Amino acid sequence: MASGKVPEGRWYTAEHEWIAGDGTVGITDHAQDALGDVVFLDLPEVGRHVERGTVFGVVESVKSVSDLFSPVTGTVVAVNEQLKDRPELVNQDPYGEGWLVRVDPEEPIAAGPVLLDAAGYRALPD
Amino acid sequence: MPETSPASPWRTTPLTAWHEAAGARMGEFGGFWMPIFYEGILQEHRRVRADVGMFDVSHMAEFLVEGDEAGALVDRLVTNWASRLEDGQALYTPMCRPDGGTQDDLLVYRRAANRYLLVTNAGNREDDHRWMLAAAAERPEEVTVRDVSAEVALIAVQGPGAVAAVENLADRAVGDIGYYHFREGVSVAGVRALVSRTGYTGEDGFELYVAAGEAPALWEALVRHGVQPVGLGARDTLRLEARLPLYGHELARDITPLEAGLGSFVKWEKPGGFIGRDALLEQKEAGPRRRLVGLRAEGGIPRAGYAVRRAGSPGQGVVTSGTHSPTLEVPIAMALVPRAWGVKAGDAVMVEGRGRTVPAVVVKLPFYRRPS
Repeated sequence: MASGKVPEGRWYTAEHEWIAGDGTVGITDHAQDALGDVVFLDLPEVGRHVERGTVFGVVESVKSVSDLFSPVTGTVVAVNEQLKDRPELVNQDPYGEGWLVRVDPEEPIAAGPVLLDAAGYRALPD
Repeated sequence: MPETSPASPWRTTPLTAWHEAAGARMGEFGGFWMPIFYEGILQEHRRVRADVGMFDVSHMAEFLVEGDEAGALVDRLVTNWASRLEDGQALYTPMCRPDGGTQDDLLVYRRAANRYLLVTNAGNREDDHRWMLAAAAERPEEVTVRDVSAEVALIAVQGPGAVAAVENLADRAVGDIGYYHFREGVSVAGVRALVSRTGYTGEDGFELYVAAGEAPALWEALVRHGVQPVGLGARDTLRLEARLPLYGHELARDITPLEAGLGSFVKWEKPGGFIGRDALLEQKEAGPRRRLVGLRAEGGIPRAGYAVRRAGSPGQGVVTSGTHSPTLEVPIAMALVPRAWGVKAGDAVMVEGRGRTVPAVVVKLPFYRRPS
């Protein structure tokens, strides 16, 4: 089971990203806990086209490096610039101040084969 | 120590259960199930630099080399000059193979002229034992080699507060023990310990060798006195900042001590020579083809195995270890690069891995030196 906090009202991927109704994307509490101290993020620029299920960035912790997969297809409309100086926000507040990017989606954000609701995400095997 | 737990294929230390009960993030290292961090690598790293922390390093392998020929055998096995130590003194040394490649790196403790303690890496334990036994077989009457790893636990107490932390619990002073010296039979929290002024963090500190069964009592006493447990994650970032080599990374069977920049631990003049001397001497005279350099990167962490390239220069290098430096707050790495590049501090290189390239600059080693 995916551990950690899983708030309702968002959608989740098996790669441990979340997306909110306004297109805000982040990594889950489970993901930040598994990574440990996040020290660097490589995020796309505003205007970049991202595709569902493909790599849009990289998150590095002290011990490991992981790809970030886009939960939807769309265009990046905002990037969390705070993370350049404070990558630890991803650990401290993964669903709030530690958000990564905001995407203007080309498809509805809704539960389906890719996006799970909170209960579906909680039920994922580790 | 209990050698394996039925639930996992990995070996355990006398403190594994403690780490798990404390909620440590656990992982495999050198065949052992070890704590990677408790609170977080960054916090634990900074704690050791600023104050004091302690590590369970009971996975390390210990061998007793004893007999009239003990000094001669150790001198034959290692590149440094062990028999020249005084009783109560220790040294760091590579141990080479006939081709000059590195079998392991270790600490040698001279307890008496005929009694040495050798401390090697967990992952090489069985192989090192065979290696030493083979060398000892030439004079079996005069020297014995015994693997005592299972009987010995090792707790490292490291940081500027280490002397005070250990003296709080010891039955006598330990602050007077010199760097790379040790004292046996010190009672620490009622536990008989070999107290060694050594470590793997770039800080002052001690390594406490105790009977496996007594490790939990000593560990818990240190916890009660405010010494924070630190996992192997911070041990790695601490040693990397201090440019201390990790076997399998900066040293390996296909990396010689000369390539790794450890020539000062190779004693050419040692009487009787040592295993690997001819090959190393040849490499020294020809000049090693590779050398170990420090890198400071931007825009990503150079990880072990990533390629290093230099514009306009043929060939490529390889990152041996890389991490985020908690002290400098930048990505740092060590890399083996072609000597022919002739790089010096300030020169630019590129690091490539996972389909990305990031710029890096050659910097002087170590990345961190403790204030003296």
